[in-house]
Amino acid sequence: MKFLSDKAVDHLRQSANLPDLSGTRYQLLDRVARGGMGVVYAALDEILGRRVALKILDVSVPEGELARRLNREARVLARLEHPGIVPVHDVGTLSDGRVFYTMKFVEGQRLDKHIETVTSLPERLRLFSRICDAVAFAHAQGVLHRDLKPANVMVGAFGEVLVMDWGLAKILREGSSEAADDDPQATVVQSSQSSDLPPEATEATQITGHGTVLGTPGYMSPEQAAGDIANVNERSDIFSLGALLRFLCFPAASTKSNSSWRQEKALDAICAKATENDPAKRYAKVSDLSADVSRFLDGLPVSACKETIFDKVLRFYRRYTVPILLIAAYLVMRVLLLAFPHR
Amino acid sequence: MNKVLLGLLLGAVLGVFDGLTALWTPDPAIRAGITGIVIGSTFKGLVAGLLCGLFARKVRSVPMGVLLGLFLGFLFALLVVLNVHNYYFRIILPGSIVGLIVGYATQRYGDSPANVPVTTR
Repeated sequence: MKFLSDKAVDHLRQSANLPDLSGTRYQLLDRVARGGMGVVYAALDEILGRRVALKILDVSVPEGELARRLNREARVLARLEHPGIVPVHDVGTLSDGRVFYTMKFVEGQRLDKHIETVTSLPERLRLFSRICDAVAFAHAQGVLHRDLKPANVMVGAFGEVLVMDWGLAKILREGSSEAADDDPQATVVQSSQSSDLPPEATEATQITGHGTVLGTPGYMSPEQAAGDIANVNERSDIFSLGALLRFLCFPAASTKSNSSWRQEKALDAICAKATENDPAKRYAKVSDLSADVSRFLDGLPVSACKETIFDKVLRFYRRYTVPILLIAAYLVMRVLLLAFPHR
Repeated sequence: MNKVLLGLLLGAVLGVFDGLTALWTPDPAIRAGITGIVIGSTFKGLVAGLLCGLFARKVRSVPMGVLLGLFLGFLFALLVVLNVHNYYFRIILPGSIVGLIVGYATQRYGDSPANVPVTTR
């Protein structure tokens, strides 16, 4: 009697977990990642001959609410046509009844990985501004993301920034066909319950049953964490963006070459305003937050903090460092020429 | 403020200042001719500012702008020195730096018309 090796058993287990794409136009290539809604695979669109990202429910997760949400996520994404939002190509159902949808395959890195290579603060802020653009567009379309965090932002090979994982998106606009799909009674809690999803999924967000939704500590607004769904609105995403900005600008102390950024009072004030516990004290719109970041980048005063005279002088010096130094050099040279006329 | 106007203003201000510094020279003959020196220095700054401003409208490149400003400042100062036959160092060095400042400022600041090609050199 022969026994299978552990490796072979693992391989068989993985193969059994792979979705059956027969009857679709897609050929499975590889497993990419797990998200809150299911598993993302790389697949080949056999008709168009292009690589796509195929998101599908995890095998062990029962159908019902989750399938409905995945389907809804696809429809939410489909209405968000923006360069900063990953486009959906197709949505369908597998032979086993599971819902899938395909989207653009983004070759790049998650933001949290990508920024390890970005040591320039202005470059990080420009990345943030592009995230804001995408979120502002979604808000203009009446869609809240509700799960903004570094792991849900991809930076492509050519620097394109894409906001991913709209599985928790909430549609605000009344009269929309999606509005009925949203669950107004859902509460938001950090799920720590065991599931069949692997650890990498639980560290991010998870879907739970009726009455509970996901979230990521540190990025979730207080009202979202408290399950105060009635008060979850654009300002909740602004809280997440503020936390994201803090992550980008004030990384862990262990991160090298960033200690000077901690002295950026204006930037700290922007983060603080965006992540106020009281939603009314936050920025009213994403565009307001983005505008403040742009003003900071341009060396202009930001609305989030009042400046002292010293702050103004320091900002002026930072903004015009080169001309000030050139003129100072000119004056010093003039003084030296006058002081030593015969040399 | 557009780049040409910025160049003219900055060139004029720095030119006036550059000319006025002659007041502190020990030579009484120079102090006596301060009006002519200031007018000449201002004119020099205006021309350098105008040329740098026009250049900045066409080409967006800080290094190129700085080089042009430096060259124009040096050239105009050299023309002055060739007439005066004295104070080579004290005229050419500040004049060149004034040109450099104007060249840098016109590239870096001031509004430019849209669709100006960006040169990275």
